[in-house]
Amino acid sequence: MQIQSTVAVLPNDNIDTDQIIPARFLKTISKEGLGDQLFFDWRYNSDGSPKSDFVLNTPAAKASKVLLAGDNFGCGSSREHAPWALTQYGLQAVLSTSFADIFKQNSLKNRLLPIVMPKDAHAALFASLEKDPALQVTIDLPAQTLTWPGGPVVEFPIDLFAKDCMLQGVDEIGYVLKQDAAIAAFEAQRPISLNTLA
Amino acid sequence: MPSNKPRTIIEKVWDNHIVAQREGAPAVLFIDLHLVHEVTSPQAFSGLRERGVKVRRPDLTFATVDHSTPTTPRNLPIVDQVAAAQVAQLEKNATDFGIPYFGFQSLNQGIVHVIGPEQGLTQPGMTVVCGDSHTATHGAFGALAFGIGTSEVEMVLATQCLLQRPSKTFEVKVEGTLKPGVSAKDIILALCAKIGIGGGTGCVFEFTGSAIRSLSMEERMTVCNMSIEAGARAGLIAPDEKTYEYIKGRKFAPQGEAWDKAVEFWKTLPTDEGATYDHSVTIDADTLEPMITFGTNPGMGMAISGAVPDPASQSDPLERESLRKALQYMNLQAGQPIAGQKIDVVFIGSCTNSRMTDLRAAASVLKGRKVNPGVRVMVVPGSQEIKRQAEAEGLDKVFKEAGAEWREAGCSMCIAMNGDQLSPGQYSVSTSNRNFEGRQGKGGRTFLASPLTAAASAVTGVVTDVRSL
Repeated sequence: MQIQSTVAVLPNDNIDTDQIIPARFLKTISKEGLGDQLFFDWRYNSDGSPKSDFVLNTPAAKASKVLLAGDNFGCGSSREHAPWALTQYGLQAVLSTSFADIFKQNSLKNRLLPIVMPKDAHAALFASLEKDPALQVTIDLPAQTLTWPGGPVVEFPIDLFAKDCMLQGVDEIGYVLKQDAAIAAFEAQRPISLNTLA
Repeated sequence: MPSNKPRTIIEKVWDNHIVAQREGAPAVLFIDLHLVHEVTSPQAFSGLRERGVKVRRPDLTFATVDHSTPTTPRNLPIVDQVAAAQVAQLEKNATDFGIPYFGFQSLNQGIVHVIGPEQGLTQPGMTVVCGDSHTATHGAFGALAFGIGTSEVEMVLATQCLLQRPSKTFEVKVEGTLKPGVSAKDIILALCAKIGIGGGTGCVFEFTGSAIRSLSMEERMTVCNMSIEAGARAGLIAPDEKTYEYIKGRKFAPQGEAWDKAVEFWKTLPTDEGATYDHSVTIDADTLEPMITFGTNPGMGMAISGAVPDPASQSDPLERESLRKALQYMNLQAGQPIAGQKIDVVFIGSCTNSRMTDLRAAASVLKGRKVNPGVRVMVVPGSQEIKRQAEAEGLDKVFKEAGAEWREAGCSMCIAMNGDQLSPGQYSVSTSNRNFEGRQGKGGRTFLASPLTAAASAVTGVVTDVRSL
């Protein structure tokens, strides 16, 4: 899995899931149709027209598969609607210096790469993009590297199990379902048990 | 697996739930209690239907509706058709898959994190999950409780397990005695301000120290509830006599001989002498002041006697820009005292502060006083059970006589999905947990604070230190 793309830049720290997709859009019972609601309150005027100066409304960003954001991206609620909305917009990776735990898990389950960069490389990429907004980055998942012309080779960490699942198309729920015998054995000797609810 | 090495309660609960651990792979972790609500579950049930898989343990699963549900009288229909469809879908899913369900009309309906403990479902040493980041609340009982996404909800429904890697351990030690007017909410807001909204990322908190021991179970829930606002997926408190006392006799608590065995087991859970943590921080309860947020994330908080910080004082350019944007959104000036800021709405409720202790605290301030005519005050109990108990104590009369609204149970204006919301530009003092932009309604501006601070501000119409009333 290799991603080569221009980069959309959102230079904010602590971008929370209420910004990524506001709660009022979570009343849906489907996973679909969330791309248009991505960053809704930052992206649209109150009459519903797009804000021309917001990065995700620019033609360049619309072609980008990679988003560069500030520290602690995806903090807040557990809503998986956040990675659903990001991927439906067309993004395949988010670059930050850290990600909130639940968002990171949710992203990995939706083929959205949460790439953690060291602070200096993160700052260098911001600077390079300021000079050349059309700059392309290359993300190589098997090698776990992020590169761009004139930049360093940034090795990024990723959960190796999640990486294998992504590269080999492993269904995690199917993987656990296959461990039925171990689960049954655990259930048989569980140290604490709840009064039966059902 | 267990060895002679001293362990924290976090490690003990983790070790007790490992079903399988393959080299290089995350642990398969057994889940004792899975709480389900209408917003983050529909797509998970669709996934089960597509796979042709049943819910493995409906007896360890429990569903209710809270987020999309109106807090208007229950004889009225759900007007929002999209919300009504979502509520109906959970009812269908619970019926189809045989899951116990407290529906919209149930006398036991309430916020999922309020009714779990209330029903005795939440118990020490358990793993508890829910498609909701405030699942951390249940950590107050010494349970390892954390929020999960919808894919993980589907996994737990199908297998009663999660694929997990252990978190780092983080001790939050709170020593001393809280002064009058200072509460559990101020402890957790102080932690958020001290370590920041990402400070606990990758960690589970254990709250320790004399100030934590002194808290009631309801107050402990307030503290654990907002672990996620300090970045930690979970936060817990070792069980003690208060914990057992709270659980005993509740509907789903162990009874008779099973109770004695349970208590014996629970007593093995507290952190061993000599166990170490990956990180630690100390908060001094003696000097703690009532806290309030001024910005657009829960880490942007300060003592209520303080002044709004100046972005120019931030050395990191991104942090400076974040603070500048936050103050612009909040329409606050650097250097301005936060006390005295005019407000439009007070919200007393949410899984953070909607229990009897919270309602009693708010009522103690509002009794014999009137809400400022310029302020709308909503009091939303965490469950229908709490609503009845509060009414039995006459708290509803105190609120109504003061000029506040007394409503039905639900998440309400914490997340503003159900029609309870701020208008653009309005300011609220809210006992909820998030002050993100638009969290309480598009364009709304939130100050997070304790029920005491919220009630005091309701009386004056401006942000008010309860001790100044």
